Amino acid sequence: MAMREKPVDVVLVGFGWTGAIMAQQLCDAGMNVLALERAAARDTPVNWAPTFDQDELRYRWRDHLFQNVAYSTLTFRNNADQQALPMRKLGAFLPGTGVGGAGIHWNAQIWRFLPSDFKTRSHNRQRYGAAAVADLSVQDWPVAYEDLEPYYTMFDKLCGVSGKAGNLKGAIQPGGNPFEGARSEDYPTPPLPMTYAPTLFAQAAESMGYHPFPHPAGNLSQAYTNPLGMQLGKCTFCGFCEKFGCGNYSKASPQTTIIPYVLQKANFELRTDCDVLKVERTADGRQATGVTYVDSNGTEHFQPAGIVILTAFQLHNVHLLLLSGIGKPYDPRTGEGVVGKNYCYQTMGSVDVFFEDKLLNPFIGAGSLASVIDNYNGDNFDHGGLGFIGGAYIAALVTGARPIEMTRVPDGVPKWGLEWKQAAAHYFLRNFSLSVHGSNYAQAGNYLDLDPIYRDHFGRPMLRMTFDFTPNDLKMSAYVTDKAAEVARRMGASSVHPKPRKGPFDITPYQTTHTVGGTMMGDNPTDSVVNRYSQSWDVPNLFVTGAGLFPQNAGYNPTGTVAALAYMTADAIKSRYIKAPGPLVQA
Amino acid sequence: MSVGRAVRRGLAVIGILILLLIAIVVGTWIWAMNYPREATIEPTPATLSILAGPIADGPQAALLRRGRYLAVAGDCVSCHTRKGGAPFAGGLGLGTPFGLIYAPNITGDPETGIGNWTPDQFYRALTRGVDDEGHRLYPAFPYPWFTRISRADSDAILAWLKTVPAVRYMAPGNRLPFPADIRLSIAAWDGMFFRPGRFVADPKQSPDWNRGAYYVNGLGHCGACHTPLNLAGAARNDRFLQGSNLNQWVAPDLTGNERTGLGRWSVDELVEYLRTGRNAHANASGPMAEVVAYSTSFLSDADLRAAAIYLKSLKPSPDTAAAAPDPAAMRRGAGIFSDACASCHLADGSGQPRLFPPLPGSAVAQQRDPTGLLHLILAGGRTAPTPTRPAPLTMPSFAWKLSDQEAADVATYLRNSWGNRAAPVSASDAAHLRKALRLTAPLAIERNQGPNR
Repeated sequence: MAMREKPVDVVLVGFGWTGAIMAQQLCDAGMNVLALERAAARDTPVNWAPTFDQDELRYRWRDHLFQNVAYSTLTFRNNADQQALPMRKLGAFLPGTGVGGAGIHWNAQIWRFLPSDFKTRSHNRQRYGAAAVADLSVQDWPVAYEDLEPYYTMFDKLCGVSGKAGNLKGAIQPGGNPFEGARSEDYPTPPLPMTYAPTLFAQAAESMGYHPFPHPAGNLSQAYTNPLGMQLGKCTFCGFCEKFGCGNYSKASPQTTIIPYVLQKANFELRTDCDVLKVERTADGRQATGVTYVDSNGTEHFQPAGIVILTAFQLHNVHLLLLSGIGKPYDPRTGEGVVGKNYCYQTMGSVDVFFEDKLLNPFIGAGSLASVIDNYNGDNFDHGGLGFIGGAYIAALVTGARPIEMTRVPDGVPKWGLEWKQAAAHYFLRNFSLSVHGSNYAQAGNYLDLDPIYRDHFGRPMLRMTFDFTPNDLKMSAYVTDKAAEVARRMGASSVHPKPRKGPFDITPYQTTHTVGGTMMGDNPTDSVVNRYSQSWDVPNLFVTGAGLFPQNAGYNPTGTVAALAYMTADAIKSRYIKAPGPLVQA
Repeated sequence: MSVGRAVRRGLAVIGILILLLIAIVVGTWIWAMNYPREATIEPTPATLSILAGPIADGPQAALLRRGRYLAVAGDCVSCHTRKGGAPFAGGLGLGTPFGLIYAPNITGDPETGIGNWTPDQFYRALTRGVDDEGHRLYPAFPYPWFTRISRADSDAILAWLKTVPAVRYMAPGNRLPFPADIRLSIAAWDGMFFRPGRFVADPKQSPDWNRGAYYVNGLGHCGACHTPLNLAGAARNDRFLQGSNLNQWVAPDLTGNERTGLGRWSVDELVEYLRTGRNAHANASGPMAEVVAYSTSFLSDADLRAAAIYLKSLKPSPDTAAAAPDPAAMRRGAGIFSDACASCHLADGSGQPRLFPPLPGSAVAQQRDPTGLLHLILAGGRTAPTPTRPAPLTMPSFAWKLSDQEAADVATYLRNSWGNRAAPVSASDAAHLRKALRLTAPLAIERNQGPNR
């Protein structure tokens, strides 16, 4: 029998980025908020202090900050003809765990989607005809760029994002991204200073008629105090963002931007080491009554709450909905159901670039230190006759030169032995890699459901992932990676090695942690799990945040959009839901 | 001279010697009083709501708001709350070489707290150091400063304390050896060192200055930490607010000295420091972080400004001659600085003001006594979280990484670079502090002697 806890207004399931945003927004509105986090409390001085933070073996290769697959994992297969097997080692993606979630070990690349990204189906259909989207299950979002703009700006201010606007209230700004949607304000802090490789890239790209601009960065160019009074420092380019925590308080994270602020609130409580098993509902299933969780002693608790918000990582939110029986699970054979539908990823290509005559010193890096061109992203270019839709940004991204992960040698060099050693030493300071960060569009056969065989240590069915890259996305990656290689050659590189993404999807090598979809938002309950306010169609006092809301993935890093959606949801709860609880959109 | 007179004179001398001895023992105990280890610089939401939550309107509201403001200004909560305990319920142990003394419960509980105290009794305790039953209080309770508190302020504080959620909790009995366990010994100490008095405004100074002096030398009891003590544990008025050793920390010089004191700080910067726990020169950490987090961050701008104006009027402490540092130690220190410190404090030491304090001109670095600097290097520090600046910025501990010699070398380097000047630090200083703080020994790392062959 579960111990019954004292009721709260709101229970948050997971305490990473969206949990922290919800806690701050709803506590400031006077609600009693409880956050349940499955793993431990974490903070800079204890978990990633600058005295020991730059330890690649510990953090990158021994998964120090990531989800522990011995505790929680999923099963995987490429398609329905295969037998899914448990993922026993992290590879392609690295979900977080513990307070701050994946917001600790991210690169802090803070993007907005293009206005056309919110109309993937109707926009492409209109421009390229019905055949362009016929093989894809892409959908329009129930929100437009303009709806999210104020919330994107809130997140920019929270993080103090460093960058250069390309479109200020409709006026194109030199030096910024001319393709972006109109911004109401410029970035809070100026762009990061560029090191050698991004500078060379920008020069080459400009000479080819492209529009290079500095990558929007949550690793800050100067000290910044956000609207909550939280302080971030200037990034010193140590090169250990990606897969690491920041010891210098210069990377935006829930810890550096929000958590100490909410911890001062009497109407906020954080309980760590509490793993939520299920969302509980009334007998008729129409209202959530709270959640059941297990603490670190194995004791089960029932936590009553007026509002339940799933603020865990996308995969866990989908899993919890399926385990709780909320919403109709997607069935690829009939095409019916919505939970788990439109699971998408990111189509990552790259170009390895080597110089003989230039020392690039790539160890001077930061998670978002890059010069970027967006000419081949989304629908920023004419796809007529190309046979695909979508695109990618091309970034001369220098996140560092971690010796185990990033010792690159040109193709053709042996994988070991004297020749490899000589090439590795010779090129260590003479190489970098262009990132080709591509969209990933939904297809009927890619989805998440409950595994019929494998169970987790609580005895619950594991989440099963069925995923492969689509021909559309592979064509896109080949095309844009080729364009990236052209820029690399213009830079005067001695050798250029394009690596477009090739199928089938392999879950073992790291690509990116941008797993999305499965709890997608939409205009009606037949093709979405939640409405435009991230509110469950089936259970109106249940909200879901995170990248699961995306109907498909655009060619950008998702966190900016994830945060903007969370702010929009918080706003709807504060301004409308608490005054008149019930569906915010009539089905 | 008659034999009788000689005997009487002899007895008098012996008596004075005994009194002196008792006073010195008590004094040594105060002097060696440790900063309480269990204290926390992060107020819990429950404590914050008592210190800063709304007080309902009512006939008493104005008095209670005033009383709370004063109790916060006196930072009563810091000593009268044990870790994990109810605010003001007492039980925090103050460590001494001879044993522990526990702060009592000052909630409104009639039996274990001060629920039955009369305003007269409370005023006598604050200003004379005598409790409700007439027992003398140990001068760990800062009555030598509180003696300047006005009767009206005392009454307001008591009225508010009686509204704090009453908790039935009896702090453990003090564990002190003879003769410090005899409260009468305090009478001897009081007789020799305690000067009861009330605050007298100086008509030659501005009202702000006087208001600041009343706070700094009364409720604020700044001198309890910042004025050095004599052998008998009494404040040395000849070195008033010139900084003092707190065993494992240093309370810095507050006079106008440009190296060790507040000489380079403006009134505005001082107000910012007390309000937010940080300014262009320094971040509050250690015991001062607690003072800021529980007390000064809640005070009015007018009062903080008054305190700053008063402090800024203090005559600079005399500069002391400092021996030139050993060039070899400076070279070693520069290497350690570049490796360990520069990532936050930047290669030129300029830091990132309000985040990572600038080191050129740093008063913490240049205190006569390097204990505070060594404490930060070895154990790290945490900046006070305040309502306006909630980020509890931290400096990590380097104890596991730096040997005593390395910690001393980098401290010497910080004290003598960028125009800084202060006496070199020895490895034995670092070793002593490492032991006192019960910090780990550095990892034995085999230093790379050159390229691999």
